[in-house]
Amino acid sequence: MQEKLIEVRGLTKKFGEFIAIDKLDFEVFKGEIFGFLGANGAGKTTAIKILCGLSYPSSGEVNVAGFDVYTQTEQLKLNIGYMSQKFSLYEDLTIYENIRFYGGIYGIGRKELHNKSMQLIRKFGLVNERNSLIADIPLGWKQKIAFSIAILHDPKIIFLDEPTGGVDPITRRQFWDLIYEVSGEGMTVFVTTHYMDEAEYCNRVSIMDEGKIVAIDTPNNLKSSFGAANMDEVFVKIARGTEK
Amino acid sequence: MKSFYGFIRKEFLHIFRDPRTLLILFGMPIAQIMIFGYVVTNEIKDIPIAILDHSKDQATREISNKLISSGYFKLVMNLTSLKEVEPAMKKGNVKEVIVFEPDFRKKMESGLPGSVQIIADASDPNTANLIVNYTFGIMQDYMAQYQQGKPNTIVPEVRMIYNEGLKGVYMFVPGTMALILMLISAMMTSISISREKELGTMEVLMVSPIKPFQIVVGKVIPYIGLSFINAVVIIVLGFFVFGLPVKGSLIILLLESLLFISLALSLGILISTVSNSQMVAMFISLLGLMLPTILLSGFIYPIENMPVVLQWISNLMPPKWFIIVVKNIMIKGEGWQFIWKETLIMMGMTAFFLLVAIRKFKIRLE
Repeated sequence: MQEKLIEVRGLTKKFGEFIAIDKLDFEVFKGEIFGFLGANGAGKTTAIKILCGLSYPSSGEVNVAGFDVYTQTEQLKLNIGYMSQKFSLYEDLTIYENIRFYGGIYGIGRKELHNKSMQLIRKFGLVNERNSLIADIPLGWKQKIAFSIAILHDPKIIFLDEPTGGVDPITRRQFWDLIYEVSGEGMTVFVTTHYMDEAEYCNRVSIMDEGKIVAIDTPNNLKSSFGAANMDEVFVKIARGTEK
Repeated sequence: MKSFYGFIRKEFLHIFRDPRTLLILFGMPIAQIMIFGYVVTNEIKDIPIAILDHSKDQATREISNKLISSGYFKLVMNLTSLKEVEPAMKKGNVKEVIVFEPDFRKKMESGLPGSVQIIADASDPNTANLIVNYTFGIMQDYMAQYQQGKPNTIVPEVRMIYNEGLKGVYMFVPGTMALILMLISAMMTSISISREKELGTMEVLMVSPIKPFQIVVGKVIPYIGLSFINAVVIIVLGFFVFGLPVKGSLIILLLESLLFISLALSLGILISTVSNSQMVAMFISLLGLMLPTILLSGFIYPIENMPVVLQWISNLMPPKWFIIVVKNIMIKGEGWQFIWKETLIMMGMTAFFLLVAIRKFKIRLE
């Protein structure tokens, strides 16, 4: 039996009368790349917020990286990483300063942080650019740096909220290479996306609609059970199915 | 704690790398002090006047000389008939015409009132009022001298205490201090917090182990320091450039400034909880704080002259209390016993705004 890194049982979130998430049940296993799909407004963002300890569920059990989201948010936050479409780098700080800052707020010691920063900078071949401002470097680099910063503190799970939005196909492809790399090292990846070709890269995907998970399986199984040629068709069929 | 130190370091980097922020932080206080000191002033100096003297005797000459040598007025024209009055005002920039009736001195000597007409250009009513008052004052002064020694006359001796020279600096230095501290503390913090929200970095900070109150305190600390430097700069400028002394305790003055800075910062935090972009934060700060500070705090317009409703509202304006405190300390040289009430009010306001801000911050996190 594989180790479960995320375990969700009966998760519900209400905002007043509105039910944003309705009795979600799923788990994510260690080392997995888990695709979390759904149309806008399906409840993805609300679910991610709960998993990251930013918002409390209305009811249900949620366990992330071995910590309870109700009572252990502090340990939870130390063991997860997060990156969104906005990349979240400070444009007026240099590459090095950004790495130092984010490493610092995760409590990484000065010496270790310096080593890690330099290691990272060497890995991307940015030794000469390490003191240039983020504002002056290309988008693709920003994305890679943002990702590396998000995993600087060696989290058990990394949450990627539409990490490739607004990025060209080549950069997207390169970004997925990075995801595969960390996944190969044993890190669990939880990713939301709008691109159905990216859904195919995941080990398993779940598809949310109106606050519920309507399908969860490997991309291949989903394709065969829906009789679809690709994930795009699966998604469209599910969307049509709920419209009826 | 180490992560907190790193956070503050980052804030300083933001401030020192942004020329606009630096300009607002350090250029504006100096520019404002200079503008209010030299440009926006309601003091009277070298007002161009004309005199129409039908009498041309010793008394009218003496009064005219007294007016001109006062430094407030400058004689630019001698008129010969009433018909010339309007053209002089329209064509030239004559602001006031003084008309002495014939036989001025004779009437005075025989105990009748000497009549003199003062015609002022009231297209700017405030200035007109001031000019007329000054003219009137000088004439009264002359009358008092003239009547000295004669029985049954009242000769009032006026002394304007605390500000003998009726200098404008006594008013605008405390006001500018309130304005600048308010602007820098409240606007800059609210903008800097909203910027993190706008850029999406706030999201990442929220997911990180750093606590929300650490984020807020970390944001605020650099601005406390910089605002405090500004307060000192204003006091120093007031002293060396405009000769405004600090009669009371400098330490109390600085402590009170610190209190007002905290008050403004708590307002800034409150503003940032309701705005998601830098633009919104800036507009709320400008419209919600700047204008009331200028209009309702007693900075430019005396509170006593406002309608009663506005007088009540002015009590809600934090700068009003700070201006009172600063004036009392700087100009009157008073100590705690005269400003404890205002101090308590400011403390209460700070606590209130902080409480509301913390509540709002938490609700937003939910």
